[in-house]
Amino acid sequence: MKNKIKFIQGNEACVEGALYAGIDFFAGYPITPSTEIMEHLARRLPERGGKFIQMEDEIASMCAIIGASLTGRKSMTATSGPGFSLKQEAIGYACMTEIPCVIANVQRGGPSTGNPTHVSQGDVNQARWGTHGDHSIIALTASNHQDVFAMTVDAFNLAETYRTPVILLLDEAVGHMREKLIVPEEGELEIVDRLRTALGRDVDYHPYLPREDGRLPMSDFGGEHRFNVTGLFHDMWGFPSNNPKVINELLRHLVDKIENNVQAITRYKEHCLDDAEYILVSYGSSARSAIHLAKSRRNRGEKIGVLELQSLWPFPTELVREKCSNAKAVLVVEMNMGQVLAQVKAAVEKPDRVFLANRIDGKLITPSDIKKLLRVIQGRGV
Amino acid sequence: MAIQDYLRQRYFPHMWCPGCGHGTILNSLLRAIEELEIEKNDLVITSGIGCSARISGYVDFHSLHTMHGRALPCATGVKLSRPHLNVIVPMGDGDALAIGGNHFIHAARRNIDITAIVMNNRIYGMTGGQFSPLSGPGVNATTAPYKTIDNSFDTVKLAIAAGASFVARSTAYHAQESTDILKKAIQHKGFSVVEILSQCPTHYGRKNKEGDAASMLEFHKKNTARIGSKALEKNPDLTPRGIFVDVDTPEYCAEYEKIIAVASKEKM
Repeated sequence: MKNKIKFIQGNEACVEGALYAGIDFFAGYPITPSTEIMEHLARRLPERGGKFIQMEDEIASMCAIIGASLTGRKSMTATSGPGFSLKQEAIGYACMTEIPCVIANVQRGGPSTGNPTHVSQGDVNQARWGTHGDHSIIALTASNHQDVFAMTVDAFNLAETYRTPVILLLDEAVGHMREKLIVPEEGELEIVDRLRTALGRDVDYHPYLPREDGRLPMSDFGGEHRFNVTGLFHDMWGFPSNNPKVINELLRHLVDKIENNVQAITRYKEHCLDDAEYILVSYGSSARSAIHLAKSRRNRGEKIGVLELQSLWPFPTELVREKCSNAKAVLVVEMNMGQVLAQVKAAVEKPDRVFLANRIDGKLITPSDIKKLLRVIQGRGV
Repeated sequence: MAIQDYLRQRYFPHMWCPGCGHGTILNSLLRAIEELEIEKNDLVITSGIGCSARISGYVDFHSLHTMHGRALPCATGVKLSRPHLNVIVPMGDGDALAIGGNHFIHAARRNIDITAIVMNNRIYGMTGGQFSPLSGPGVNATTAPYKTIDNSFDTVKLAIAAGASFVARSTAYHAQESTDILKKAIQHKGFSVVEILSQCPTHYGRKNKEGDAASMLEFHKKNTARIGSKALEKNPDLTPRGIFVDVDTPEYCAEYEKIIAVASKEKM
């Protein structure tokens, strides 16, 4: 039990989660503030026979994990802002070809080179719409190391379940902060392995023919079945097609397989939410300040609670509407110009009672930052 | 096996223009694979985007048609994960050396056991005839209405400088020679680069008064000469063909196995 308790950085907690989930392959390129993820995996992966490669750039790293995952390896890369931009083309390729993989984006200030060593949550929308064309995506986030671990495991599980890239949207504060992590015992958390076809060698396997439940059994590339993989619209054999019916069905499948499973994908936590009149909706390191404020105001008898989102995409619209239905006001606490705010406003019945408590200057938003806005909303002055 | 046993006939006719050199190169490649008796299940073809990249769909191997310029890093992921597989990457000149140029030199530097084929027709064919980094100066292209002023890469020199351990050149005219070279390239342990000069009568030949496919093939014959030949000695301006480099240097996947051995020992 003793060596199961660690005092480490959030980026290391992500590494521990990836190892627990069964990562086999990592490709990356150094970038602040995510570099520790690749540094630790460079050491840890070969210890267990896994493969690590430092590629020539961010694009190549994303491509390498796609190639590795296709052959049946659980694969991951890690990056931050500018690197996340560079990976978008290949993230779209992984969406289109339905190749499971995990992309950790430890967010820093942007746009451009921005503020590499300081915190931001400005990539929420890029995680959703960074790559071109209609598609759907899964993005998870976490506010503390135990959750970074759990969400990393979940990211691998969801990637393998839905055959899709999953974005792990961490941030600089959580990534670099040190706190306690208790590594769960083997078997304590569920580990999902991909669904593989039961068809025998050289049988005409259809890599892109969904079963009735929408899932597509895979065959390790380079193994028993020879098939084609392409970023073009493709038929059930994976061969390029511009047949309107094929295009229509594939695009709907890519979106539906995720949007029809919002409930199963949604991860969240409630903090003092039951009878809350004022609800703070937050995620990542911002949620730590929101939770701190809610607890301290509760001690003074104020009915404040926090809805902490751990999955941002697909956005849990129904959940947010339901949880916020009795609130006098909702404050979205985030470190950007209102990227989740827009989703919350669209979700609730009274969007004019949704306010933004944010900070965009590279400093972690504090409980008193939130409190100032809350007092104004409560009509208690500045 | 016969050549057609390596083709996915369901997906024919192919999309190449009449007179294109790419079909000849595919033929040379398949004959090399046939002569080496490589099992279909042990071979991966990874390609990017362009006319040449469509090869991957036509052949009955494991085929991965990726993004423009990104075939080599995708292939790197496949190879490092499953080192027992033969990985062949056919690319066009733009795919390999413009958008994929960085990946090309770094794959060569790592000396990872992949066979890269640069099917060089000196033009972007699929997008309709724009100049490529291998067009060289004085060429007519849709994006060079006043002729190109851009210098070209020498694929062979670039590959050697970047660290490829097998580097060769042939042409679509020299189909049998291409097969012999490709056989050696595939058998070579390390990063091998084979540049094969191809012809695009549709977008290069017509605009540059090189005539039809037959006369462009004649051009390959007349303007190249084997390394060490008298013809090349007499006329050093000819483009040399043959194997320029074939050396035994540490291969990436094999070296990584040593890392695993060290790391897993330390762990125990």
